Amino acid sequence: MSSEAISTNKNGYVSYLDYKGKHTGFLGWVLSTDHKRIGILYLIALMVFFAVGVTFGFLMRLELIAPGRTIMDPQTYNSIFTLHGVIMIFLFVIPGLPAVFGNFFLPIMIGAKDVAFPRLNLLSWYLYVAGGLLAILSILLPGGPADTGWTFYIPYSVRTGTNVMFTMFAAFILGFSSILTGLNFVTTIHRLRAPGMTWFKMPLFTWSLYATAWVQVLATPIIGITLLLVVIERWLGVGLFDPSLGGDPVLFQHLFWIYSHPAVYIMILPAMGIVSEIIPVFARRTIFGYKFIAFSSIAIALFGSLVWAHHMFTAGMSNTGQFIFSLLTMIVAIPSAIKVFNWTATLYKGSIELAPPMLYVLAFIFLFSIGGLTGIMQGVLSIDIQVHDTSFIVAHFHYVMFGGTGFGIFAALHYWLPKMFARMYNQKVAKVAFWLVFVGFNVLYFPMFVMGWLGMPRRYYDYLPEFQPYHLTSTVGSWILVLGLIIMFTNLIVSMRKGQTITKWNIWGGETLEWKVETPPTLENFDDIPVVTERPYEYRENDLAELEKEAK
Amino acid sequence: MSTQEHAAAHVHRDDIGAKMGMWLFLFTELLLFGGMFFLYSVYRFVNQDAFHLAAKELNTIIGMFNTAILLTSSLTMAISIAAIQKNNRNLSIFFQLLTIVLALGFMVNKYFEWSAKIHHGIFPGGEELLAKSQGEILFFGLYYVMTGLHGLHVIIGVVLIGFMTRLTKNGVIRQDSYVKLEAAGLYWHLVDIIWIFLFPLFYLIT
Repeated sequence: MSSEAISTNKNGYVSYLDYKGKHTGFLGWVLSTDHKRIGILYLIALMVFFAVGVTFGFLMRLELIAPGRTIMDPQTYNSIFTLHGVIMIFLFVIPGLPAVFGNFFLPIMIGAKDVAFPRLNLLSWYLYVAGGLLAILSILLPGGPADTGWTFYIPYSVRTGTNVMFTMFAAFILGFSSILTGLNFVTTIHRLRAPGMTWFKMPLFTWSLYATAWVQVLATPIIGITLLLVVIERWLGVGLFDPSLGGDPVLFQHLFWIYSHPAVYIMILPAMGIVSEIIPVFARRTIFGYKFIAFSSIAIALFGSLVWAHHMFTAGMSNTGQFIFSLLTMIVAIPSAIKVFNWTATLYKGSIELAPPMLYVLAFIFLFSIGGLTGIMQGVLSIDIQVHDTSFIVAHFHYVMFGGTGFGIFAALHYWLPKMFARMYNQKVAKVAFWLVFVGFNVLYFPMFVMGWLGMPRRYYDYLPEFQPYHLTSTVGSWILVLGLIIMFTNLIVSMRKGQTITKWNIWGGETLEWKVETPPTLENFDDIPVVTERPYEYRENDLAELEKEAK
Repeated sequence: MSTQEHAAAHVHRDDIGAKMGMWLFLFTELLLFGGMFFLYSVYRFVNQDAFHLAAKELNTIIGMFNTAILLTSSLTMAISIAAIQKNNRNLSIFFQLLTIVLALGFMVNKYFEWSAKIHHGIFPGGEELLAKSQGEILFFGLYYVMTGLHGLHVIIGVVLIGFMTRLTKNGVIRQDSYVKLEAAGLYWHLVDIIWIFLFPLFYLIT
């Protein structure tokens, strides 16, 4: 046993899991301002919402297995796809990586003891939970859950009798939570980097969180005011978006997408950061083009904020406008492609170990590339007019958001969970689950590309019989996917409680700072703030012999 | 070592970081209002004549009076920070309270202004307003929403400064540690600045 592999209790350190402060037990968690505990609070809440979102998606697919009514009526179907969207977007993929893994690992990765505003951090979690509960409350209240789709398009969202106000107000609160997390991270990265941790020695996950945090801070207020205006509209009938009173519904769409398109980058950037962390570790190579990956995150955040109107090519826009937004949309593909090329260049001649986190990362690259390339297709005006509001779009954004962010979250879970809980999951089961999820995913979403191309509209409750083979395949895919997810999460949850105990600090051989603290980390992460002298991914100079020694 | 009770976490203090966080938050506030300024500019562009007509109905005198009140309150807020820097706690508290009084004065004026309009049937959904042209309906819609949200910010500011007064009294805010008061001051200046933009847009450009 090397000197690093001493269990946390032996040399007197107390892990953040065992720490007992002013409050103990349940209160010790929900009143804790420790960024690691808050990260885990987020993780628990997030997984609950994810399960609910998956269930809704599953039911929706089941309804679509055959034309006509199968298991629910049209109104229920409308509510279910709305809730599926709201939960998955606002409660799972947007907060997912920054709130859970950003909270847990950002301070450790930059050598800080906590985030800049720990109490604000806890407040963000409370706002997140409050928003989530409000969204769920809207299901139970008379009037029924919102049935507008997650985009809340005007004028339907003002006229429907369902509880749209609750759902929108929930989204508003969630936006607040997102802003607070973002400004906390920006301040943390600026103020709390350890001595020697210059900008270009920061791990790439930190870079991606930095870009994300700026988008969160700068874009979210716009959706805040937009949702608030619709709430006021429903409440008082001011008429700002109501054509009969002179308002313009298309302005709602502009305001909505000024946030909601950049939000796509809030979702994907941290996942790209995770990929940049995991690839060098499991290929045992220095990351190719560190600065390009770092700057491409900033470029994606920048250009991604300028392309919102490509959601509205068919909503009435000048030709000049269409041309500009089409061009800008193409430009976003450049920094995204830079990343993909750098990842593949890192893999080239690497000594690749196909551990579960790496499998998810490779799937990420595959699925994200499909999602990204079909995105470019939609940037082309003529194609967009053909595929607009068809299931082609549904397939595209599921490939990006689920295949991208979702798989990024799964990769992060498999990569960091042993560090967080000091317990290892069953790797064989993890691999089986991976293959089920991967195959199920493609069987589920790929047919949507085809039927969308052939003209199957999205959001529809019923369809022509000629689309049935695709819907049937897709529904079967959802069964495989859900089976895989159940196996994956059972494996992970069981491992948190009963998995094999780990005391080794560095199970994967990573070079970033979180692998240089105890497993699980102590309350303050570092007793003495480290002085950083090395760059994060210098595997070539890394002494492999030392790693082998540690493995014994 | 016992795991029953562990030492408290380290005390973290970073005044520059705290101010940075506050500035970032203020950016988000600007963008929040920015969404409405965007709507205002589009609707004004489309309905120039109607906006011109509608603006004439607002009382410029009350608006001017309120502008003066809010500008003065920004001054008193700044003086309260200067006072605590010179370790004069009572003077600081006095000026904080004066700021609150001015803010409440602003709200009282606003109340009279709004209730006069509402009394005349000019409010969202009101018959008098619905009889007007679409541009005028939009103007008053924006007027109520934007000054309403601004008013809400004034009220939040009153509560915030009230807390600061308490903290100054308790000695939490003192000569060597007044970043909280500064942050509250920054917030108050923002509320002032937003009004500086609202005033000409609604009252002066006719």
